[in-house]
Amino acid sequence: MSPSHTEVWLSRSLWLLASSAVALLLLIFLFLINESRLAVVDAHWLRFFNSPGWFPSAGQFNLWPMLLATVLATVGALALAVPMGLAAALFVSFFAPAPLATTFRRLLMLLAGIPSVVYGLWGLTVLVPLITRVAPPGASLLAAMLILAVMILPTVALTSEAALRTVPVNYWRGGQALGLSAQAILLKIALPAARTGIVAGVLLATTRALGETMAVLMVAGNVVQVPGSIFDSVRVLTANIALEMAYATDAHRASLYVSSLMLTLVVVAIVLLGRRLEAKQ
Amino acid sequence: MTAWRSLASRRYSDHVLGALVWLSAAIIAGFFVWLLADMASQGLERVSWDFLTTEPERSGRRGGIAPMLVSTLVVLAITFVVAVPLGLATAIWLSEFTRANSPSAAAIRFSLDVLAGVPSIVYGLFGSAFFCVWLGLGYSLLAGGLTLACMVLPILIRTSEAGLAAVPDDWRQGAAALGLTRWAALRYLLLPAAAPALTAGLMLGIGRALAETAVLLFTSGYVDRMPASWLDSGRVLAVHIFDLSMNVTGGDQAAYGTALVLLALLLVVNGLAIALSDRWLARRITHA
Amino acid sequence: MNTPLDSATSYTVSELRQQAACCVPQAHLAIHNLSVRYGSKTVLNGVSLAIQRGCITALIGPSGCGKTSFLSSLNRLVDMVPSCAVNGSILLDGEEILTPKTDVLMLRRRIGMIFQRPNPFPLSIRRNLDMPLQEHGFKDKADRERRIEQALRDVGLWQEVSDRLDAPALGLSGGQQQRLCIARALVLEPEILLMDEPCSALDPISSGVVEDLILRLGGRYTVVIVTHNLAQARRIANYTAFFWTQNHVGQLIEFGACEQLFEAPVDALTAAYINGIRG
Repeated sequence: MSPSHTEVWLSRSLWLLASSAVALLLLIFLFLINESRLAVVDAHWLRFFNSPGWFPSAGQFNLWPMLLATVLATVGALALAVPMGLAAALFVSFFAPAPLATTFRRLLMLLAGIPSVVYGLWGLTVLVPLITRVAPPGASLLAAMLILAVMILPTVALTSEAALRTVPVNYWRGGQALGLSAQAILLKIALPAARTGIVAGVLLATTRALGETMAVLMVAGNVVQVPGSIFDSVRVLTANIALEMAYATDAHRASLYVSSLMLTLVVVAIVLLGRRLEAKQ
Repeated sequence: MTAWRSLASRRYSDHVLGALVWLSAAIIAGFFVWLLADMASQGLERVSWDFLTTEPERSGRRGGIAPMLVSTLVVLAITFVVAVPLGLATAIWLSEFTRANSPSAAAIRFSLDVLAGVPSIVYGLFGSAFFCVWLGLGYSLLAGGLTLACMVLPILIRTSEAGLAAVPDDWRQGAAALGLTRWAALRYLLLPAAAPALTAGLMLGIGRALAETAVLLFTSGYVDRMPASWLDSGRVLAVHIFDLSMNVTGGDQAAYGTALVLLALLLVVNGLAIALSDRWLARRITHA
Repeated sequence: MNTPLDSATSYTVSELRQQAACCVPQAHLAIHNLSVRYGSKTVLNGVSLAIQRGCITALIGPSGCGKTSFLSSLNRLVDMVPSCAVNGSILLDGEEILTPKTDVLMLRRRIGMIFQRPNPFPLSIRRNLDMPLQEHGFKDKADRERRIEQALRDVGLWQEVSDRLDAPALGLSGGQQQRLCIARALVLEPEILLMDEPCSALDPISSGVVEDLILRLGGRYTVVIVTHNLAQARRIANYTAFFWTQNHVGQLIEFGACEQLFEAPVDALTAAYINGIRG
């Protein structure tokens, strides 16, 4: 085969393999939609919001309490993880002496790698009893928020730190030349200059928090109810799927697929949002 | 990385900011130590050679985790035998064979971004519906490995593409000017130069695969005996931890022991990734 | 006109002979009405000239006039730039090379290129030269070794590196690396050498050595060299082409024998550039 022929052959076969990524995504969506059919036909989808509660055996599929739980847990986790993650990023980039910074960064990478089930185990055996002492039952929305925060903090910290590293030194030296305080330089010059990377990191953390199953399942209590306070037990969408999929049939099963489809669509929306923001830069 | 001193501050607000930052860092480090201490104190005594080589008894309260280790390693092997060629091929295609604004490249990158964000439970459902039911594999290590491969693919492609993109363009131009084919350029120049970054990305993928629980719950199953073959059902380490802590009273100690073994595996993998990416950085500096 | 040889470099006597410019001008490359466009931006328009066989042709003019784009069109390296369109005609020994049917890999064996920044591969010195030979089908190892030694002698590197051929090429100095890149191009025995400001990234002494080498290549090879250094063009070129931007598009303003262009330029713009009044 002449060199040009090999080139063409190589290019075509690589394209085929690369397209498998698109094919996979389409396949996933196809399966989800197919399995969800039963729950959506005949205006059954109204059940997702109109039913008195989530009682699958009685044909009642109100998703609202679980949706709310998912959103609250994620928002709470972000509220804790983003400020602390940014602080950790500032620590590594500006405040820590070099050897300490490297060690701390390695620490963050290790924390990022710890499996969710291990966090769940720790949450179940240490965190929940602690909360119980304050307000039973312990397995609660608060526990879910805290565990999620711990899990997404390394993501926020590492991506923000990477973003800060790309800010040109000139930017903040300019601030120094103007006699600005360190706080002004960091908060008003460095962080805003790195905001694309930081926002990307926060969006990534959001998708992780939304999709987290095991750790939340283990500490949140799994009662389907709209929480009255952060000490109430809740069940998030992902945990619901994990708990009930094994024995669900027909309409029940289809409803679970509907909730997973919803989650996936939210993730797609976040990815699109992220790209839109990046393109603006 | 800039030393705090060079920011030359005297204002009160600076000290407040500094205090908050150091406090956050201390909390994070403190949490890590707390976590590690808890795990060590509760699980370390369980870990022994016997623990690693015997089968579990009484639902795991006694005995060891040998079947889980085997299942984990088999699933990992399947995952990477499938994901590495596919991932590398896609990364090479995206990096070397597409123009900056081609529509197919854009479609593939978009799909990858979405795939990377899809919750793992959805992969579990998909894997169960596609590999276990539609392809008829049932609850098996093979189905689990294939599903994990789907999950790990976006990470591998992203890190491999980044590694290839970091190779200087000068070499590509030089190779083209000499009339070398793109395959020759890849074989002798680009892939060897990107190898440390590619391996680091692989380690990252292994780390994520080891941590997965929900996916394998739905595809590889729950059975805690030694799997007979890759078509047999099996329980991986992460699923074992889950079962012991949630469903087995008095299983906490065994759960912590298993968690320590899993963490040790992850430490080895992470350590390799860090060492390789540091080497990659060092090479970039000397060859700049 | 020739700078005395530095005692550190030594050239073999036999193969590479200094020759005067060829007496009967013969077009090696005939370029007619060439224009280069990146997307919607035209960088070069309506360029017609002939590159004479065995001669050194210098392309001069300020930055951004499309000189590099012109050079890259000659070996179709410009294809690597996304959304690039080349129109017009380039004939190599009478054969059109701007067609889709052209075997680009073979073309680039006949036309070699040296870049502004030396870009040796991150391999050993030997592998830098050996690998392209292998890829172009030279199977006999002894043959390849011979060609490698010849190329290194031609560029004056043999004495300096013959005892460390397996050392990394990136460990060489800037001037040595550029000469290695020239050797790498020469080892494939091209007919034409394209050079994009080959000395501009080098220190003055290395620059002098490379310039010497280029002079010696004339006669045996056809050389097209882009240079910002007018004195260098005067020193080494047989023909000179002067480029300038008009209406944000690069144009060829004047082309002619070197002495004629520098002593008695036809165009007022050329005269102004050469005398340092403009550009």
